[in-house]
Amino acid sequence: MPTISINGENKNFSGDPDMPLLWFVRDGLNLTGTKFGCGAGVCGACTVHVDGVAVRSCQTTVGQALGKTVTTIEGLSTTGDHPVQRAWRQLNVPQCGFCQAGQIMQAAALIAKNPDPSDAQIVEVMDGNICRCGCYQRIHEAIRLAAGGV
Amino acid sequence: MLQYFEKEQESAPKLRALSAIAKVDRRSVLNGMFAATGMLVSVRVSPAEALEHLVPYPTGAADMPDKTVADPHVFVAIDPDGLVSIVAHRSEMGTGIRTSLPMVICDEMGANWERVRIVQAPGDEPRYGNQDTDGSRSTRHFIQPMRQCGAAMRQMLEAAAAAKWGVDASLCRAKNHQVILLGKDGSETSTALGFGDLAAGAMALPVPAQDTLLYKTPSEFTLIGKGATPITDLRAITMGKAGYGADVRLPGMKYAVMSRPVVLGGKVKKYDAVKALKVPGVEAVHELAGNETIPRKFGILGGIAVVGNSTYAAMRGRDALEIEWDDGPNVSYDSVAFDKEMTATASQPGKVIRNQGDPDSAFANAKEIFSADYHAQHMVQAPMEPLVAVARIVDGKAEVWAPAQSPYGARKDIAAALKMPIENVTLHVTLLGGGFGRKSAWDFIIEAALVSQKLGGTPVLMQWTREDDIRHGYYHTVSVERIEAAIDGSGKVTGWRHRTVAPSIISTFKEDDGYSFPIEYGMGFVNTPFEIPNVRCENGKAMAHTRIGWFRSVSTIPHTFAVQSAVGELAHKLGRDPKDFLLELIGSDRKLDPKALGFPNDFWNYGDPYDAFPIDTARLKNVINLAAAKAGWGKTLPERQGLGIAAHCAWSSYVATVVHVAIDADGKIRIPEATTAIDCGLYINPERIRAQLEGAAVMATSNTFYSGITFKRGAVEQSNFTDYNVARMSNYPQKVNVHIVDAPAGTHTGGVGEPGVAPFVGALCNAIFAASQKRVRSLPAGDTI
Ligand code: FES
Ligand code: FES
Repeated sequence: MPTISINGENKNFSGDPDMPLLWFVRDGLNLTGTKFGCGAGVCGACTVHVDGVAVRSCQTTVGQALGKTVTTIEGLSTTGDHPVQRAWRQLNVPQCGFCQAGQIMQAAALIAKNPDPSDAQIVEVMDGNICRCGCYQRIHEAIRLAAGGV
Repeated sequence: MLQYFEKEQESAPKLRALSAIAKVDRRSVLNGMFAATGMLVSVRVSPAEALEHLVPYPTGAADMPDKTVADPHVFVAIDPDGLVSIVAHRSEMGTGIRTSLPMVICDEMGANWERVRIVQAPGDEPRYGNQDTDGSRSTRHFIQPMRQCGAAMRQMLEAAAAAKWGVDASLCRAKNHQVILLGKDGSETSTALGFGDLAAGAMALPVPAQDTLLYKTPSEFTLIGKGATPITDLRAITMGKAGYGADVRLPGMKYAVMSRPVVLGGKVKKYDAVKALKVPGVEAVHELAGNETIPRKFGILGGIAVVGNSTYAAMRGRDALEIEWDDGPNVSYDSVAFDKEMTATASQPGKVIRNQGDPDSAFANAKEIFSADYHAQHMVQAPMEPLVAVARIVDGKAEVWAPAQSPYGARKDIAAALKMPIENVTLHVTLLGGGFGRKSAWDFIIEAALVSQKLGGTPVLMQWTREDDIRHGYYHTVSVERIEAAIDGSGKVTGWRHRTVAPSIISTFKEDDGYSFPIEYGMGFVNTPFEIPNVRCENGKAMAHTRIGWFRSVSTIPHTFAVQSAVGELAHKLGRDPKDFLLELIGSDRKLDPKALGFPNDFWNYGDPYDAFPIDTARLKNVINLAAAKAGWGKTLPERQGLGIAAHCAWSSYVATVVHVAIDADGKIRIPEATTAIDCGLYINPERIRAQLEGAAVMATSNTFYSGITFKRGAVEQSNFTDYNVARMSNYPQKVNVHIVDAPAGTHTGGVGEPGVAPFVGALCNAIFAASQKRVRSLPAGDTI
């Protein structure tokens, strides 16, 4: 049976390979940290890592993820102490919090690839993640903080 | 009565521990309190002014359903190991209220915040008091009941310790999660009992009456008004473990989505579910009849629900539905035509809502007349979490989970929809992934309950997609505001006419007559605080053709956009500095006299009694001066840059904002910095106030640049964040500096969630003008000049 590694565990999948990864993760595996915000790839709430790259799980099918390594917010750090998560807490970034798993996953992928991003690079990479509560100022600062090592 | 306190005046002197008079007072107070337990009472030996007697102050809570509750037995539980549970009865949607109100109880009772856990209340107003988390009133209405609750709990713990030690309660001081025995000289001894040890005894005591309570003085606060208390869900949020509406998981739970009429009042003519039922994972299709009662209130729109074993299956099933709709009369709603209609209405005299002086002669005698129309489109709240609710029915009892701003109202209507007594319905409140007013409506929650009923009680999660959210909203109104000013020969404004034309929220609750109602009039329309001798506020008729609802900041958005833009335009016309001109229009330091100014008799003051919350121009001018000073108002800026200012008094708070705009070579409008000053009286968590005002700046940027909902053939033209745009990282106010006024002790608490939005819109439009000489008269205006 085809499998996907999700947060370090191999998960079997036998359903419709066109199902967006988002719904397999949420409804199939009950990993509810990954959020549904738009279903159209334009808000970033559903961001996960596939082979270390931040992708929109609402636009990535399970078929595309088969045989790959997926990390969701629940798997970013078992203790919640990834530098991005710590920076987020240090600056009290979240308001309602709904967008934050996606923001954190996007930011973590950025820092993994580019440990010292410029302001322009932060803006470019984070532009796809909407925060309707308007936490952008703190998100930007927290990424700089995480990049500097919290 | 209650729910505010103010310092007692001469007639009820403050109780100072070691003063002879105070001893007498305090003795009588405490004798009253402990009479029932037969305890001996004498002088409390505590530092002077450590505690004070406070009298309740009236707020709008008195007019809310189920008012307030302050009973420690309702809000506090203490485990034998000392863990204190505090109930949060208001809904958390990002304001931090689930943290702030429990902080107040914790502080007053002397508990250690590290050993407090927060329990979310279900929808039950008879037990907890009003739970409508909207109108920027959670802190306004509940800061004092929560202080009362905490103070009562503290005195009960101290009394329990006194009983254990066989000493007078005055020798017991609750502090840092324990009660400490004091020596005769008032110093702390090493004898102490933890809250856990005292819990049973304390909880068995009667709750002391309000007028026997002693409250902490501000200098004794450990949490209120202090530093940066993180929200209680912070760690869970960063780990993806915080529970929102769609995160509820029940055994055997199904997933549902629904197809609803795109035109308000539309009905299913016929439908065919054969193809939908063939989609793998789809298990059932049910028609739900729409509410046909006018006013519609929060009745469901009706349509076809598709149920499956995943959200994906349900969505695919919905795509496969074949439905023929009967659109009904609202199919004629067209935003372009409607704007023309409203503009024509705004050019004619309307219903007079406020009249002061003789505006007709002021305009007749004016040397010059300024006139401008300000247009704004509908908007939709679009909280990041799309609407969602989970329901199941077991043995005739419904259990529902939802991100509800008004859980008790929702519960009542769910019970009615299910034809059950309310006791058989439980509504659990999850975290809200944003609300902004949309989740004050509960149509989506009723849908979940009804679908579960159709499924014989099977647990079901009703998920709205983003498209559903954008197309089936309770929209912020659409508006045309006309402002006219009469200017005399010396450049003074002698007359002011404001005509508002906008479909009213009241159309959702009452038969629509096309006119607004006092709550909308009170939001920056009739209460414009200008010292102009002749003022008339008129309302032109505009019927609603869609559901109109609340959107964070509500009618202050169109009103303040218009008023503050007009002030900027007038300043320019008269060659005046916009800040000085704004201050001059506001005029002398005074508390407005609504009668003398011709305010309507039913003037709505954000629900608060006017005497307790008068509009104070000195406070308004203070925030304007503060924001201007902090922003460096008057500084020289490069070409294509400029500052704009706006201010208002709203939700019993005072907010002024200065926005700095810089226009790129390609015409893109940037906001490098903004400065907001707020005076919201006594406040709880300054860290969250800053967050709210930073967020208000972003939402105001969305409102000004991007967010517009338009109708064609009765249906919303937008669908998702692709065409209903909001501010993103590439264009938002990059640095918002927030300054919170430390108002004198005893200043009544105002709201914070909403008042920050509207002045930012006005200040941004004024800044765009300062940078480009282009005037925004229509929202959304786009982000490019
Ligand atoms: S839900 Fe995937 S990008 Fe919005
Ligand atoms: S914190 Fe609410 S949407 Fe980002």
